[in-house]
Amino acid sequence: MSSATATKRPDGTRAPRTVRSARPRGPDFGAWFLVLPALLPILVLSVGPLLYGIALAFTDAQSGRTQATRWVGTLNFQDLLHDTLFWDSFRIGLLWAVGVTVPQFLLALGLALLLNEKLRFRWLARALAIVPWAMPEVVVGIMWRLVYNPDAGILNETVRDLGLGQGHDWLSGLATALPAVVVVGIWAGMPQTTVALLAGLQNTPRELHEAAALDGAGTWRRFRTVTWPALRPVALAITALNLIWNFNSFALVYVLTSGGPGGRTRLPMLFAYEEAFRYGQFGYAAAMGCVMVAAVSVLIALSLVRRLKGDQDR
Amino acid sequence: MSALRTSRPARIGQYLALLAYLVFLAFPFLWLVSTAFKPAPELASLHPTWIPEEPTLVNFRQAFDEQPLLRAAGNSLVAALAAALIAVAIATPLAYVTARHRGRLATAATGWVVISQAFPFVLVIIPLFLILKNLHLINSVPGLVMVYVVWSLPFALWMLMGYVRAVPAELEEAAAVDGAGRLRTLVSVTAPLLAPGIVATALFAFVTAWNEFFFALVLLKTPEKQTLPVVLTHFLGAEGVADLGPLAAAAFLATLPSLVVFAVLQRRIAGGMLAGAVKS
Repeated sequence: MSSATATKRPDGTRAPRTVRSARPRGPDFGAWFLVLPALLPILVLSVGPLLYGIALAFTDAQSGRTQATRWVGTLNFQDLLHDTLFWDSFRIGLLWAVGVTVPQFLLALGLALLLNEKLRFRWLARALAIVPWAMPEVVVGIMWRLVYNPDAGILNETVRDLGLGQGHDWLSGLATALPAVVVVGIWAGMPQTTVALLAGLQNTPRELHEAAALDGAGTWRRFRTVTWPALRPVALAITALNLIWNFNSFALVYVLTSGGPGGRTRLPMLFAYEEAFRYGQFGYAAAMGCVMVAAVSVLIALSLVRRLKGDQDR
Repeated sequence: MSALRTSRPARIGQYLALLAYLVFLAFPFLWLVSTAFKPAPELASLHPTWIPEEPTLVNFRQAFDEQPLLRAAGNSLVAALAAALIAVAIATPLAYVTARHRGRLATAATGWVVISQAFPFVLVIIPLFLILKNLHLINSVPGLVMVYVVWSLPFALWMLMGYVRAVPAELEEAAAVDGAGRLRTLVSVTAPLLAPGIVATALFAFVTAWNEFFFALVLLKTPEKQTLPVVLTHFLGAEGVADLGPLAAAAFLATLPSLVVFAVLQRRIAGGMLAGAVKS
């Protein structure tokens, strides 16, 4: 609705000419009025802090400092470059993100395919499959600590029952800690991935399946030629998002191991959190945040490039 | 249909697979519930059992004695309710405009939604911490609410845009033809049709805030102000040595509100995800 053409009525509202078609361009104050309540908080508490955070990365900001904060240029980044602990945690973050996302995708795909079939108890399975999603991450962490508990946990009890030895202290073992938290990560994110893939599956026309089956295509062939092409956009989107979310995750591992043993599960977010709020190194932690954003941006760029290529192929 | 009939062995395989998934998804939760109802001697037993032999509520009582759970739940409730209501109140008009107008604003809004999914909170929390500190809003629930509102806005906007698109524009055009103004159309035609979607979005924002941990951990310093997830971590103790029974009991209680909301929302959440997943 253009302010130039709409007539003003006594109550001050504009008489809309048409709601949808042939809308002339131009500033629309009514729309801005509706948008402002959301726009202001976004600018003040989201975009602003983001820019502020990037700026902090170029300062020596610390908590509880008496001297004024100074610009230090790229000093934080130079320090970061030589900080082997940070790069260890960066590597662990990548391992964790891929280690969670890939198996989780395969498992969720299997579950989604099952839930898409006309099976009895499917409703129950669908209802139960959402439970991990509803739980606070802190509770998920606590719950799995109970499962992994070396003495009273059900995992070691099962191990002992099966005669596989006396069990482990899974979360404290140098070799077992990362795999143990990865399993929890897979468990915790299953619902979202499954639901997204299920939604994608329901977009696949059933007729195509039937036609393919009539042509004698087996299950695998039908999956490859009918299901997967329809599912691909959803699968790529959810995988990219999962990689990003997992790379940035915090609460689960914080509760499970706090980054231990010996830093083996110290995800970048845990590292940056400690640096900022335990040691008060705001500027340095902000620089870590910048590096993480840069890493994630590369991933976004890659997935966009893939999508553009995909469009060209068609 | 006949072409897709599954053979009997394949069916059995499917059911077995489904069972395996259910065991994987359910067993940690069942273990949590089981632990919550076990008396201390059973918890200390070297051979833990699935079902408590003498189920008890002692752990729940002890959990309330050990940590200020009630106050923490109250803080969580206030923060989550306020955040959900404010987020929906300001996201609904924005969603309406961006869903109906295709233009720079809509592009910017969706771009922001996508980007907001990507940036690590640590880059935002440090400046937020400094800003809130200057406003004397550290260690205060209102400060946390402000953060939660902005943090839940992207997904609220995303869900609501889907609901707005589901309302046929023709209805609004009809109202316009009848002489109703924009505001009038919005209030009397669109809003009632959007109501279920608004409620679903608010509930979702509520659960998100109720479950949130990172911001609460950083922004709330004293036990009197802390929310439930933060207080739960106090059960773990400094060295990770925990009183398992009360810990499980408290964790179980903290999950109940979200479970109830999700049970109510189940269908809508799947629908909202569908819109989100397909379009993102």
